[in-house]
Amino acid sequence: MTPHLLTRSLDRSATLFLIVVAACGMLIPLSNLLLPAGSILQVPTYLVALFGKYACYAVLALSIDLIWGYCGILSLGHGAFFALGGYAMGMYLMRQIGSRGVYGNPILPDFMVFLNYPKLPWYWHGFDMFWFAALMVILAPGLLAFCFGWLAFRSRVTGVYLSIITQAMTYALLLAFFRNDFGFGGNNGLTDFKDILGFNVQADGTRAALLALSCLALMIAFLICRAVVTSKLGKVLIAVRDAESRTRFLGYRVESYKLFVFTLSACMAGVAGALYVPQVGIINPSEFAPGNSIEAVIWVAVGGRGTLIGAALGAVVVNYAKTYFTSGPLAPYWLFMLGAMFILVTLLLPKGIVGTFNAWWEPWKASRLTASAESAAREDGISEPHMAE
Amino acid sequence: MVANVFERLRSLVLSAFLIVCLSLPAFAGAFEDAVAKFANDEFSDTEEAIGAVAVSGNPLAFPVISALQDGRLWADPDTKKVFITQDDGKIIDAASGTAVDKMPDNAAAVRLNNRLRRSVEAALGGLTLLSPDPAKRISAAQSVFKSHEESALPVVEGALAKETNKGAKAAFTEARAAILLYKSDASDTEKLEAIATIKARGDQEAMALLTGLADQSPLVTKAAASAIASIQSTLAVWSAVQNAWYGLSLGSVLLLAAIGLAITFGVMGVINMAHGEMVMLGAYTTFVVQEIIRTSYPGLFDYSLLIAVPLAFLVAGAIGVVIERTIIRFLYGRPLETLLATWGLSLVLQQAVRTAFGPTNREVGNPSWMSGAFELGQITITYNRLWILCFTLAVFAILLAMLRYTALGLEMRAVTQNRRMAASMGIATSRVDALTFGLGSGIAGIAGVALSQIDNVSPNLGQSYIIDSFMVVVFGGVGNLWGTLVGAFTLGIANKFLEPVAGAVLGKIAILVLIILFIQKRPRGLFALKGRAVEA
Repeated sequence: MTPHLLTRSLDRSATLFLIVVAACGMLIPLSNLLLPAGSILQVPTYLVALFGKYACYAVLALSIDLIWGYCGILSLGHGAFFALGGYAMGMYLMRQIGSRGVYGNPILPDFMVFLNYPKLPWYWHGFDMFWFAALMVILAPGLLAFCFGWLAFRSRVTGVYLSIITQAMTYALLLAFFRNDFGFGGNNGLTDFKDILGFNVQADGTRAALLALSCLALMIAFLICRAVVTSKLGKVLIAVRDAESRTRFLGYRVESYKLFVFTLSACMAGVAGALYVPQVGIINPSEFAPGNSIEAVIWVAVGGRGTLIGAALGAVVVNYAKTYFTSGPLAPYWLFMLGAMFILVTLLLPKGIVGTFNAWWEPWKASRLTASAESAAREDGISEPHMAE
Repeated sequence: MVANVFERLRSLVLSAFLIVCLSLPAFAGAFEDAVAKFANDEFSDTEEAIGAVAVSGNPLAFPVISALQDGRLWADPDTKKVFITQDDGKIIDAASGTAVDKMPDNAAAVRLNNRLRRSVEAALGGLTLLSPDPAKRISAAQSVFKSHEESALPVVEGALAKETNKGAKAAFTEARAAILLYKSDASDTEKLEAIATIKARGDQEAMALLTGLADQSPLVTKAAASAIASIQSTLAVWSAVQNAWYGLSLGSVLLLAAIGLAITFGVMGVINMAHGEMVMLGAYTTFVVQEIIRTSYPGLFDYSLLIAVPLAFLVAGAIGVVIERTIIRFLYGRPLETLLATWGLSLVLQQAVRTAFGPTNREVGNPSWMSGAFELGQITITYNRLWILCFTLAVFAILLAMLRYTALGLEMRAVTQNRRMAASMGIATSRVDALTFGLGSGIAGIAGVALSQIDNVSPNLGQSYIIDSFMVVVFGGVGNLWGTLVGAFTLGIANKFLEPVAGAVLGKIAILVLIILFIQKRPRGLFALKGRAVEA
């Protein structure tokens, strides 16, 4: 079953994508670690961290593309799942600090000592073990998405209503995580991480390994998404996207399909967030801001919704542009550009980069194929002038 | 202990002086003589002078004593003349009140010690209790009510006997009751009467006064306990009224922000994420109008809002029509893409305003008729909130009438109910769309004028309202303005009633969760369109 799924889900572009990601995931860390500093081919450490961040964003974009591109669910709250995964990882990293914090408390993280917590809140227990934190990275966003999706899809909240409700969800979480007595560090969030699984998070080797892991996660996420969308399940999802009522009348339980894919997507977003946090070194409530979630949607739109590769590509392209412009003298114009990107992409490039490329490439490829077939036929001495049609 | 008794005795003497002054007309010359004593630079003379000035009944008595308190009273030991330096730097002669050009060189500030400071305070308290201005008398009586200072009793009783103003009389009665309640040698009957008076007052301070009571006879304790219970229930009612008022006020703001959204969403199925920015543009229009008025026509300041309302409507409405014609028109039938494009637009508008006006809050003033507050029972109602509530209801009524009685309204309703049928009947739906979008945006602009009066005018103004207004629309349902009205006021009131229980943030979260659950029961809101329009 699994090999079959794999072979079916891999076409040429998908294989190419995997090869590129794998190459990035191996070559960038190796060049950073093995080549001497200052060499032209050596990738500096800050770029390693940057690429690691992009890889995490690409996973988030994939998760959004899976539900938006293939099932028509526009979630404006996917940043919440990303942030929840990040917080789960952040809690593990906080517990790893141990007595090296400013206050030197072996159990309580610094902010809890500062805010006079008498003991560790119950929901912080277990996060000193990596396996538990890793489980929570998937479970916490998954559970939230499951409950939320169950409530929303069962009562047939669709379209813009759903988008707004998801936005309200992430807004509510934003407000909640800002509170000091909520137990997640309030405004400042979780930071000052020391090590992960015994390795220093600041060390070059750890950063390189995290980038490699993020690329691996991107590849796995991509394979999962491909497997889902090329399966029969994927066909039903597309049917739901294009004609929800008709699919329901044909006897499919639309809400179950939606719920499954929504939860899966939330889990992926959670993993992305968990890989993101050790690389940037902080997680705070601003990750829940509705603007972040919408920005993630525009990555998918720029790259091309419903193409998966496009989503990952869009995440990297838009974020590279953001890094480039916000660090230079053009910083005040970045929001103009981002806004214009939203408008222009939806108006002029509704299929995104990859979708437009496909629309232009495939007829050309097809015509070339027929042309070569024709010429081959002519060489064989058989004339078939109508074949081009 | 001895000092305390002495203190009390002294203030009694002083009070007796004040009583005397109530019955005797001030004789000429006494005030001037007393003032001259300040120049002797002897503490005992100064004390006599304070007492004499306090009972003189001279209109300058209050300025002299308060100047003494603040160290603004100067005396020339040679000429025995005394001067007051006023806050504005002018100098007047303390005895006559005439302006003086220059202070004599050897004049020194009249010195005080702690004992004298207390006499000054007592004298000032007495003087304000006897002030010719009823508002001052009332506030002085209120402070006596809070302090229930026993030494003030004779003055209060004297003032009460002479008082003709109704409000001041009540205040003095309450002040007297407060003093009697805490007076150790007052009889139980007096105390019971006092409790009854205080109970009738029934506010937080009355409550504090009664709860502070200790070591009383069982009768008084019992009466006090029952009075506390009764005040508590009164207070509960008033706090409910207060919350309801805050809720109505918040609801009116939400309604104002959401009403335009409801129109565009109802008619066109378009979620306009840039709606908040239309509100923001309206607020900045108000700012610009006020700036122009401030620099060129300062007399018109009170009319600035009246000028800003139509201007904001035009500015935001025109921008809305332009947005519809250049962006939204091409995205019909793709609501999710519209959402993204308008979000992008909101980023652009925000950044544009940030570039033009700077990222900081801009100052928008309240016209005089919108500043201040009045008391209604035990709640304070500010005029700006009241005006905004009235204004919102007026806008709502006008809009409702417009939808009902004008040709455009008819066309809008037709398009809302069935776009294709309306088009088949010859309605130019694209024109209706453009006008609807302009109308919705224009109303958002008007909302901005109102919000500029109670909120900070900054580029982020719209963002803070957008999610709340969406919640109103989702909760109220589209296609019916009454749904928006009910939704806005329900959410506003629910929010304000949850706030004291759960805190501001948790209250808000609770509301969001409740809406998500509510959507379970009614996925299309309170007032949903029924029939075929639903699936369209």
